[in-house]
Amino acid sequence: MKYSDDVEDHYNNPRNVGSFEKDAKDVGTGIVGAPECGDVMKLQLKIDNGIIVDAKFKTFGCGSAIASSSLATEWVKGKTLDEAMTIKNTEIVETLHLPPVKIHCSVLAEDAIKAAIDDYKNRHNGSEGK
Amino acid sequence: MNLPIYMDNHSTTQVDPRVVEEMLPYFTAHFGNAASRNHSFGWDADKAVEVGRERLAKIIHADPKEIIFTSGATESNNLALKGVAEMYAEKGDHIITQVTEHRSVLDTAKRLEKSGIRVTYLPVDQEGLVDPEEVRKAITDRTILISIMLVNNEIGVIQPVEEIGKIAKERGILFHCDATQGVGKVKVDVHAMGIDLLSFTAHKLYGPKGVGALYVRRKNPRVRLAPMMDGGGHERGMRSGTLNVPGIVGFGKACEIAMEVMDEEAARLLRLRERLSSGITGALEEVYLNGHPVKRMPGNLNLSFAYVEGESMLMGLKEVALSSGSACTSATLEPSYVLQALGIGIELAHSSIRFGLGRFNTEEEVDYVIGRVIATVNRLREMSPLYEMVKEGVNLKEVKWGKH
Repeated sequence: MKYSDDVEDHYNNPRNVGSFEKDAKDVGTGIVGAPECGDVMKLQLKIDNGIIVDAKFKTFGCGSAIASSSLATEWVKGKTLDEAMTIKNTEIVETLHLPPVKIHCSVLAEDAIKAAIDDYKNRHNGSEGK
Repeated sequence: MNLPIYMDNHSTTQVDPRVVEEMLPYFTAHFGNAASRNHSFGWDADKAVEVGRERLAKIIHADPKEIIFTSGATESNNLALKGVAEMYAEKGDHIITQVTEHRSVLDTAKRLEKSGIRVTYLPVDQEGLVDPEEVRKAITDRTILISIMLVNNEIGVIQPVEEIGKIAKERGILFHCDATQGVGKVKVDVHAMGIDLLSFTAHKLYGPKGVGALYVRRKNPRVRLAPMMDGGGHERGMRSGTLNVPGIVGFGKACEIAMEVMDEEAARLLRLRERLSSGITGALEEVYLNGHPVKRMPGNLNLSFAYVEGESMLMGLKEVALSSGSACTSATLEPSYVLQALGIGIELAHSSIRFGLGRFNTEEEVDYVIGRVIATVNRLREMSPLYEMVKEGVNLKEVKWGKH
């Protein structure tokens, strides 16, 4: 597949690759996708005082899946949980100029953000505590 | 060494310069229509076509009269299956084939099913091979055709065609073989292999695109085909249409060269493949070979790199032309049906890379590719959540994955 320069850039220089300790109190982890589908994204958020202060990802998937998750980690930083929940996959599609067959990669990235926030909230009994 | 490196020779091949040279006059000085009977332009073209026909016949041990020129292997496969189904409709309505055939056989079979033909799709084993006994068992008194490929286009395995041909002969059933990937790479003998119809094409053996052939047996038995193209009655009435004279000239030359160099080239490609394979597997863990380790054509290596997705690998190997069985690289958005048929697990199909070595690849290129593959897989594994989980001791099979 011929990709946009933006996808190429995130693929070649992915932002925020790595992991946080998933049991740490200030971390929320979202793992979405499945190996059989050809893509799995792990997105982790570090949260302080309701603000996402850092984010990391690891992705098994095609170039656009890697780029979508890389972009997601950039976007969530500095946002409140509520703000991060409003990130839409269509914004990722537009920014990365993803072709129609790759839209599911952006959906996965959106789902990963939500899953990470849900994980954090669940582990804090639904309160948006610290 | 020049970049990019072409290592996708199952997809197509570079036209051999000797082939190009032989073709050129047939675009200009000898541009005639081979069917023009009344002037030297036509005679020259016809003569060139007949030289080509002889060269094609030679490489498969056939008679030149048994060669029908087509536009390529897809057309040859269509003509073989549809032509037999229509011509032998009174004799029967059952065709036997197998699951890893090329799409031009499988989709033709599917279309025939819509018109009432019954098709048996035999399975393959974990190494990609058909069991000839399964072929025998599938035969009914309504079976009119068995269609089994010689060499698989993805995993390069060589089917036991000779044994299947013998079974077909015993039962008096026509045997079609799609030898597109095999001709010029491995020895083909339509008599020894009991083949009645055989498809092949020029561009897989360093000839031009747009010209293929179907071998149609004339004796023991004399095979008849209903044509798909109606018109001027060219090619014994089986394929009307003005002959692609330069293409046929090139196809012929490509066959001649292939016959000459086959043994030497096969040995060289085998050495290159072993170098590529051991270079990669010696440096990376969890790399799996797809297809039979020995019963495969010399230039083919198909590997799955666990925990890394194929398209992302190709993106990292931009300066090397390769192909992958990953869903993301296919038009259907499904991972390779050939790899799935081996039962290796869909996730490994997503992680596969096909290396297709050919005449123009060098040892230097192979060494470069080894280095790039190792670096790319290591980089992507560092980025892979699956690899991380496995390293932490997680059994991926026991994880409850989401759906999407």
